[in-house]
Parts: sequence; structure tokens; C-alpha cells
Amino acid sequence: MMGLITKSRIKSPWIVHYCCGSCNGCDIELLACLTPLYDVERFGILNIGNPKHADLLVVTGPVNKRNERVLLNLYHQMPEPRVVVAVGACACTGGIFYNCYNVLGGIDKVIPVDVYVPGCAARPEAIIDGIVMALDKLAKIK
Amino acid sequence: MSGFDWLIGLAALVLAPLVGGFLRGVDRKLTARMQGRIGPPVWQQFYDFFKLVGKTRAVTTKGALVWIWGYLLLTMLAVFMLFARQDLLIIFFILAFAGACLVFGAFSVRSPYSQIGGHREIMQMLSYEPILLLAAVAIFLQTGTFKVSGIFEHGEPLLLTLPLVFVAVLIALTIKLRKSPFDISASEHAHQELVRGVYTEYSGRHLALIELTHWYELVLILAFVALFWAQPLWIGVLLALAVYFLELIVDNVEARLQWGWMLSISWAAGVGFILVNILMIELLFGNVLRL
Ligand code: SF4
Repeated sequence: MMGLITKSRIKSPWIVHYCCGSCNGCDIELLACLTPLYDVERFGILNIGNPKHADLLVVTGPVNKRNERVLLNLYHQMPEPRVVVAVGACACTGGIFYNCYNVLGGIDKVIPVDVYVPGCAARPEAIIDGIVMALDKLAKIK
Repeated sequence: MSGFDWLIGLAALVLAPLVGGFLRGVDRKLTARMQGRIGPPVWQQFYDFFKLVGKTRAVTTKGALVWIWGYLLLTMLAVFMLFARQDLLIIFFILAFAGACLVFGAFSVRSPYSQIGGHREIMQMLSYEPILLLAAVAIFLQTGTFKVSGIFEHGEPLLLTLPLVFVAVLIALTIKLRKSPFDISASEHAHQELVRGVYTEYSGRHLALIELTHWYELVLILAFVALFWAQPLWIGVLLALAVYFLELIVDNVEARLQWGWMLSISWAAGVGFILVNILMIELLFGNVLRL
């Protein structure tokens, strides 16, 4: 039974996408993954838009003092097992917003991050790659 | 109820989730193909189901759980009764109460998304219930009984004498299957203006229960469509599958309508068609009202 559930987890990761105030570059690339060209639904990936249903939290943009609370809230609303993917230089480290007066830095200042996808903006291929790596982590969670 | 009916009913309870889940998978695959995508494998729904079962429990209110179990069990009861060839009218009333359970579940939490979803679900029920009940009445006028077994004993196919009722039932189906243009209560797929509407507050295994109920519902609905050509039944099954395919096409070419449109289309066109059809059988075929 446990094997079946693990297999299903890998086959059906549902994503909730949160934009922490990115420049929207990474968001557009993330949404491009859903278009017919990349079609991530063939791996069972759905952009579900509801943290309570999601398995993967995909965050773009640097975390700042206003949305830190929101990000934390979204993270806690997701039932376990859950995996966090930081997409883009901003989400990884703060990127070009690093050291701004209101920016805390990468999202790992607020929540634990499992996979970092670098790039400004991260390409859809890189994002899909990152999500596949996240699935490996998901498979290891017991 | 004979032993044979019990057997068929219980077999349906076991097989319906398999068939329903597979058909939903086919739905996703075909939808993807129509959009020029590859799409998930056809058994994707089962992966989703088992994944949801394996998630940790997160419960918003206990009340919602009672309602969601009610939704599942009442729908199962309706499936059982349809396949055991019981009373059509009672099946529809049980189905209505199952739908009401979903609404009460949505109302028992204070999330605004779930509340608006609940309101819209009520609008949906208001739209399709009259069609289903009047369709049962029209069938009664043809066969002289509300029993499903009566439809099987009634020699000729219902579709020939009740074509407009069939069209009206198709309108109700689109609402009941939660397909565009009438998927207003839950915003299926990636349309997220309501987050997930009535389902917003359920997670993990309770969402899996809802998914399971949808599989039962799908089988129930398609079985009802098949009744329009009950003798021989294989034509009815083909008819139901054709209708399902038609729904998929409509789902993909239509944008979502507002609830006002839904109500006026289903009440004006749906109920209108059925009334015209009832008049037609009275006048053209000269059937006397067997009341
Ligand atoms: S990484 Fe680059 S493209 Fe992505 S949000 Fe930051 S600045 Fe925009």
C-alpha cells in the first residue's frame, strides 16, 4: 500500500504557485510550462491554486517584510508531505533585489526550501527539471 | 427486489469507481488531445486518488466531514438503487440530498471561497433538479411506472418517443458533470477564480472521498442516459459514451457562463423541451394520461 502511495505521489504532484513580488518574469516562464509546448500535465502536474490541495509550493521572487507572513501561512496550510521549489535568482537569494531595504532575501529565510532553480528568468526546461528533482525528494519522504 | 437485482446493484457499487475513474482519465486525455497537448495517462485519476489518501489529515471543521461522508454514501445508495432497477423518482431525490450534503459541507466552514461555491452549487441544483424530475415524469407517462425495471419491460426505446426530453437531460448533464459552460461552483481545472469553490476546504483523504463520489456520479449519470435505449442495452451504453464525448467537445469549445445564463437556459430550454415533448406524446401519439 505504501509503495502504491509513493508511486502515486510521484505521478501526481499538484502545484500551488506563489509570487512573492517577483518581476513576473519567472511567473510567465512557470505558466509557459502548462502550455501545449511543454505540457507538464503529461506528468500529472496540475496548477491547482489551492495550498490545501497542493503537494509542491513553487515560489518566485524575493521575500519581503509584507509577504513573509503570507508565504509562511501558505506553507503551513499545505498538508504533508510537501516540497518547496524556489524558482529564479530572486527566490533563491534575493537576486537583483538583494539588500533592498524591504527585502529579506531568498525565500529560505522564511521557509525550508528543497530545490533551488537558478536563472533570471529561469527557463521552463529548468523549472521542469527542478520539479522532477523535487519529486525525487517527495519519493524519499516516508 | 429479487436476488438478481441485489447482485447487480452490489456489483455496480464495486465496479462503478473503476469505470468512473477510468472515464475521467479518458476525459483528461481527450481534453488534452483536443488542446494539442499529450495529456496525462488514462489512469491518472487513480494516482491522484491514492496520493490524496496518503496525505496527512488536515480538518477545518468536523461538521464538514459528516456532510462529505453523507455525499459519498447517498450517491452510492443512488447508484445501487439505479442498478437494482428501483424507483427513478426516489433515486433523484436521494441524489438531490447528496448534492445538498455537498452544499452544507461548504457552508459549515467560514471560508469565503467555499461559501460562494456553496451558493453557486445551490444555483446549479436549482437548474438541473426540475429537468431531472420532469424527465422522470415524462418517462412515467411513457412506461406507466417510475420503476427502472418498467423501462426495461417497456418494449421500444424511450429515445424515439422522448427525443426532446433527451436533449433537456443533456443540458442537465452538463451541469451535473461540472463541465463548461456550467462549471461555476468549483471552477474545474486551472480556472481558479474561486480557488476551488465548494472543495476549497477539503484536503487529503477527504478530497479523495469527493473524487470517489464524482466517479460514482459519472457512472450514475451515464447509466441514466443509457436507459433511453434500454432494449437492447448495448446501444444504450454506446449512446451514453457518445453523449460523454459530446460533453467533452462542448466543455472544450465553450467558455464559462454566468449563473443567470445557466438558470435561464436550463429553465427555459430544458423545462420547455420536456413540456413540449409531453404535449407531443399526448397529441401525436394519442397516449392517454395514465394517472
Ligand atoms: S529571477 Fe529575474 S526574472 Fe525571476 S523574478 Fe527575479 S528578476 Fe524577475
